[in-house]
Amino acid sequence: MAFVEELEQPGVAKKVDTTGATLAGFRSAESLIPTAEDLLIPGVEDVVEESTSHHHPHGSDPVTDQTMVLNMGPQHPSTHGVLRLVLEVDGETVVSLAPDIGYLHTGIEKTCEAKFYAQVTPLTDRIDYLCPMTNNLAYALAVEKLLDLEIPERAQYLRVLFSELTRIQSHLVWLGTHAMDIGALTVFLYCFREREEILRIFEAVSGQRMMTSYIRVGGLSLEPPLDIYKRIRAFLKTFPSKIDEYEGLLNANPIWMGRLKGVGYLSPENAIALGVTGPPMRASGVDFDVRRDMPYSGYEKFKFNVPVSTDGDVWARYIVRMQEFRESVSICLQALDGLPEGRIVADAPKIILPDREQMKTQMESLIHHFKIVTEGFQVPAGEVTSSVEAPHGMMNYYVVSDGTAKPYRVHMRNPGFATLQSLEVMCKGQLLADVVAVIGSIDIVLGEIDR
Amino acid sequence: MDPITNPATPSAVFGKEAVTEALADHAAVIGLKDLITDAKWDRKELTLTVAPETIVAAMQAAKAAGYNFFEDATAVDWYPSDSPSAPRFQISYSILSHSLKQRIRIVARVSGDDPRIDSITSVWPSANFYEREIFDLFGVHFPGHPRLTRIMMPDNWEGHPLRKDYPVEGYR
Repeated sequence: MAFVEELEQPGVAKKVDTTGATLAGFRSAESLIPTAEDLLIPGVEDVVEESTSHHHPHGSDPVTDQTMVLNMGPQHPSTHGVLRLVLEVDGETVVSLAPDIGYLHTGIEKTCEAKFYAQVTPLTDRIDYLCPMTNNLAYALAVEKLLDLEIPERAQYLRVLFSELTRIQSHLVWLGTHAMDIGALTVFLYCFREREEILRIFEAVSGQRMMTSYIRVGGLSLEPPLDIYKRIRAFLKTFPSKIDEYEGLLNANPIWMGRLKGVGYLSPENAIALGVTGPPMRASGVDFDVRRDMPYSGYEKFKFNVPVSTDGDVWARYIVRMQEFRESVSICLQALDGLPEGRIVADAPKIILPDREQMKTQMESLIHHFKIVTEGFQVPAGEVTSSVEAPHGMMNYYVVSDGTAKPYRVHMRNPGFATLQSLEVMCKGQLLADVVAVIGSIDIVLGEIDR
Repeated sequence: MDPITNPATPSAVFGKEAVTEALADHAAVIGLKDLITDAKWDRKELTLTVAPETIVAAMQAAKAAGYNFFEDATAVDWYPSDSPSAPRFQISYSILSHSLKQRIRIVARVSGDDPRIDSITSVWPSANFYEREIFDLFGVHFPGHPRLTRIMMPDNWEGHPLRKDYPVEGYR
């Protein structure tokens, strides 16, 4: 598809020819339905090759008319980790852009294949390190589906409670760093003040602040301490006023509005075509939430709204996530109010470790404990996909079992990996500084992208 | 009616004929009926196997049947099995329908020597990174992909780490 389009620039009318196989070209405005050619995501080599076609013969044009290839990252603070971007810029305008990832690749999927099923749980914490509980839950749901385990209602409610607290915690990191990228430093400190309380709650229930490994195959690792519900309630009581505080700092802030409104537009068609999920997808007007539409872990018992916006810009993503804070608080309160009594693990002595007292007093429990720890448990052959709504979007775990005690294949579909593909579409034609705003708005975590 | 909530749906069915009979009104089974070579309804998940040559047609058929969202593609290495009846690499595509609220898995098996399967980026641009990932970690080629380069490992890396004949630890 060859077309020539004017690059809008005051004073300079420049012809850009995008003929050829490399597709760093501009999307034509009249075709609203994206064709596959429009959305081929360029690689680093494409950007560099394409930029040479924009160069004029030496001496024929002033230097100001040339484009420049710019390297951003991987050690750039506003890329939230080790994301490297290669950009072609025309003055300050982004002509094309390609993400280069893999700097954090640790081969978690390969490591999983060498571990027992229960040993994989701590690895899942380290994938998306801002939402460990959601990772644990997605993995546990997949293995439980393979094992056909029935999870007690109390464990399901606690899973929902901690998933939502994790969502609040992850969104707080997003808001703090996003605002810091834009230049509002105070918000970062306010957000981390509240995040600290959630991390302390996590430490109280699981013994770990960040790498919780709390949600295990078959249920939860421990019964939460007795005073924890009071602490969570106290946090949830004050938190809505803290959200107002953040909004008071940002909503009417002219710099914040100027940097966010109308920046990084993503149409609903493009969002679907590029695999975008979670808040960025809902901010583009696609009304889909795994919690509501394909409920897991008892989410069908909870009443909540799914915030949707049709604006599709960075501002809309900000608004959607701020509303999600409030919905999460409401879900947490419902989980606390409706929390049933009962066990926190499934009734499966050959899969779940017995409690300490039983193990010390009953021979059978001691044998089970010894067998589970030394040999793991065997999982019937098959393949399953579990899907949860993580703070960053839809997170799927694909687990294949060959009937042994170790997973044959574990694959994670992480939201950030697909969302990164939409970066080029959102940033093209925008200013270089807007790239930072867009990266902040899609809330990427490189741990989940590189795995 | 959604087969997951329908109590009349059997818990597990294997084989093309049995699945097309048990899930006769399933949108994906209707849409892909000419392309399926094998099928499986197991643990309330539908897996449809198609021939690797027809993968692009299968994706187009799935899209036409209302499955609008491409979620995920990955591979499973069934090493050392590499017979014509059970080729070595299984490429699994996970496709979702926002309106039907259903997920299907489309599977194609490709042989271990010179593994290749057509790229589906013409149907779903979002498959781009996923195909690069499979190429990088499994060494499966995707003819038709705009630029198939390594995505996780360094460009000069030798071997494909997620293959089963690649060691988990130690020096090679």
